[in-house]
Parts: sequence; C-alpha cells; structure tokens
Amino acid sequence: MIEVKNLKKKFGELCVLNGITETITKGERIAIIGPSGSGKSTFLRCLNMLETPTSGQILFEGIDITDSNCDLNKIRQKMGMVFQHFNLFPHLSIIENIMLAPVNLKLKTKQQAREDAAKLLKRIGLYDKADTYPAMLSGGQKQRIAIIRALAMNPDVMLFDEPTSALDPEMVGEVLDVIKEVALEGMTTVIVTHEMGFAREIATKVMFMDEGIIKEQAPPDELFENPKDERLKFFLSKVL
Amino acid sequence: MEQWWDSFVLWFERFIQRCYSALIDNDRWILYLNGLKTTLMIAAVACIFGIIIGLLVAICKTSAETKKSPVLKFLAKICDLYTTVIRGTPVIVQLLILYNITAWTEGYYACMIGFSINSGAYVSEIFRSGIRSIDIGQSEAGRSLGLNETQTMRLIVLPQAIKNILPALFNEFIALLKETSVAGYIAVSDITKVAYSIQGTTFNSIPLYICALVYLLLVVVMTKLQKKLERRLARSDRS
Repeated sequence: MIEVKNLKKKFGELCVLNGITETITKGERIAIIGPSGSGKSTFLRCLNMLETPTSGQILFEGIDITDSNCDLNKIRQKMGMVFQHFNLFPHLSIIENIMLAPVNLKLKTKQQAREDAAKLLKRIGLYDKADTYPAMLSGGQKQRIAIIRALAMNPDVMLFDEPTSALDPEMVGEVLDVIKEVALEGMTTVIVTHEMGFAREIATKVMFMDEGIIKEQAPPDELFENPKDERLKFFLSKVL
Repeated sequence: MEQWWDSFVLWFERFIQRCYSALIDNDRWILYLNGLKTTLMIAAVACIFGIIIGLLVAICKTSAETKKSPVLKFLAKICDLYTTVIRGTPVIVQLLILYNITAWTEGYYACMIGFSINSGAYVSEIFRSGIRSIDIGQSEAGRSLGLNETQTMRLIVLPQAIKNILPALFNEFIALLKETSVAGYIAVSDITKVAYSIQGTTFNSIPLYICALVYLLLVVVMTKLQKKLERRLARSDRS
C-alpha cells in the first residue's frame, strides 16, 4: 500500500532522514519507536507529504506522491492524520469540525456528513458534545474527536503522530482505546508512539528508528524480547 | 447673583443664536448632511477596497514565505515596496500627487482611490499578523484532510485570524474615517471642509464643534459595532 524508497530529508545541513526504504502493506499496524530527534515524526509526516522529502520516492497505492504532478489533495483524502496537539479547529463546533472536509470536498452532502458524524460521535460516546466547541473539551476528548474527524474521510490508512504525548496521563487510556478499536477493525495504521505497552499490544510490526534510519524492525514480541541492535537495547532499558 | 444670572442668560441667548446661524440659517444643515455623505462614502469605499487590497497583499506575502515559486517571490517584493512607500509617506502628499495624475476626474474619486490604496497598506500588515498568529498545525490539519491551500485559508485560517485582528482592524477603520478629513486639501467638500467654510461665513466656531460631534458619534457607532462583532465571534471561547 505504501512503498518508501530511499527516503531522505534534510533541514538545512541537518540530515533527519538518512535513506529509508520500507513497504507497508494493507492491514498492517506499524508502531514506530525511537529516541527523540531520531526522525520518527518527520518520517510519518513525509508519508502524507506534510514534509517534502529532499530525495527518494513514496508510492501510495502505486502512485508516486513525491512527483510534483501528483494531485496531493486527492491522496491526502485517503490518508487520515492525527496530530500530537489535536489541531481541532477552535472556531467550529465539534460536529462542524468533523463535517468540514467531507462537505467542502463535496464527498458527502451536508445531511449525509451530519449523519455520519453523529454516528462516529456516538461510537466514541461524545454525541452530547456535538454542538459545543473544542475549547470546552478535555485533551482526551479533543484527541478522540480528532481521530474521528480523520475517519470521517473514510481513509485507507491512518497516521498517528504521537497521539498521546500531549495528554494528561489519566486521559491516555481513552485515546488508546479508540486507536486500538480503529486499528483492530483492519485499518492500516502507522503510529509514532512512546507507549511501548500499546505498541506491543496492537502492532503487527514495530520499527525502531535512530539517526534517521530504521535500525531494527520485527514483530513486537521479538523486538521487545530479543533486541539485536545495541542502541535499541539501550533505548529499551531506559523506557521499559 | 442677579448679575451672574443676567450674564448667563445673555451668553446662552448668543449661543442659541450662533447655533441657529451655524445650523439652521440658510438651510445650512443640508450642507453638513452632504458633507457627511461625502465623508461616509469615501470612508466606506476605502474600507472595502482596503480590506480587499490588504487581504491580497497579506496572502501574497505570507505564502511567499513558505513557497519557492519565483513569481510569488517577485509579487511579494512588489507588495513590500507598496507597503513601504505608502506607509512611508504622508497621506496628504499621496492625495495631492494622485489628484494631479487623476486630473481627468474629481477630487472625490481621487480620494476614494487614494484612501483605498493607503488603507490597503495598513490593513495588509494587520492581516499578515493575523494569519501568522494562527498555529501552523491548523493549516496542516486542513491540508491533511485533503483541503487545498485556498480552502484551508478560507475555511480555517482566515476565520480565526479575523477574530484575532478585529480590534486592530477597527482601530484602522476609525483612524481612516478621521483621516478622510484631509480630503478638503484636494477640493472635496467632506464634512470637515463644509464646517470650515460655514465657519468662514458665520464667524463663530460652532460649526467646528458640530463637525467634531459628528465624527465622535460615528466612532461611537463603530465601536458599538466592533463590540457586537467581538461578542458574536467569541461564541467558540470557553464560557
């Protein structure tokens, strides 16, 4: 589904991604872990071209999205993204947040978008908040809304960029539950996270990134039980 | 006591007389109304075109910051020149120059054009600060949902930016309204010019007070409007 070929990203002199070649197949659940500054978020943001790669190719469903002739907006409709800081639109009510993109991109009628949004809100138990504004919600609620806002576009893949890092510890659980539900329904998922337990629980494959490359990747049990890379061993000894 | 009262009555009678000659004699109030109409027309046109010009310039400048397009960079340079020149020279001088190069038309239209161009420069900086005040995550969220740049700007960034800059915008429009009082320099009969010439015939300063009062009332109305808009836009804030 997503093919990454020799992806490199430089910020000025600083080389953040140092040649990543990777394939993500449909239905996979990838967790990306690693120390800060290792390029995890940059890698994820390259996947939907929020960061423009310096070189390399990214193929999404067979289309080279690094090509300047490619209709990125169309591609992004198929890639849901959830941010660390939620990025809900504060000037719109909750239901308007969810309806905004489907309606303005003419994928759904207003009526249809409203019904779908209501369904999604009921699913996460926040239907009673439909007409309130983001400022009145807790962090956990905001992030759950952000997840269903992305889901309302019926994406083929969901990208999560440290979705629980900006939350109070109490609220991490409720957000992870929603992500887990989405992931286990068969959604192709890529998640950058510091929640090792969660990565281990839901991922089909865990990637360890350091110094702009994927140092090691394996199914979670193997990677956490038998790490081979020295840096990974050190990392796990610190975080587990 | 008696004497004090007499002199007060005398002063008051004279005051009423002056007011009468300044306002009602020879139907002078019609002159004020016409002047007011001129002032309001110039201010309204300049306000509308100021917003349009300001918005375009601000969007051009902010998108040139993130884009590599040479055309955009060139446009941004022109926009920079525009704000520098307009903000760097007095509005009266700009009007006088414009009056000269638009000799084919009346000062009235020269004023509309001049104040639009002038206000656009200031408004563009206000819009620019507003757009920059919105977290980059907002437009990233918009783009990640598949909205294009224009949609993201129109649906996500601008509504929030305008809320943030409303006080500054009204500040600018209040200043603009009062600045139109220099229109008389290029033979336009705005309310200031009208009051000044009536003062010349009635030989008292009442017309100037009337003129001041009119500006004051207009500004009070604008402030009321601003408060109303702010309240409406504050709907989404934590209550």
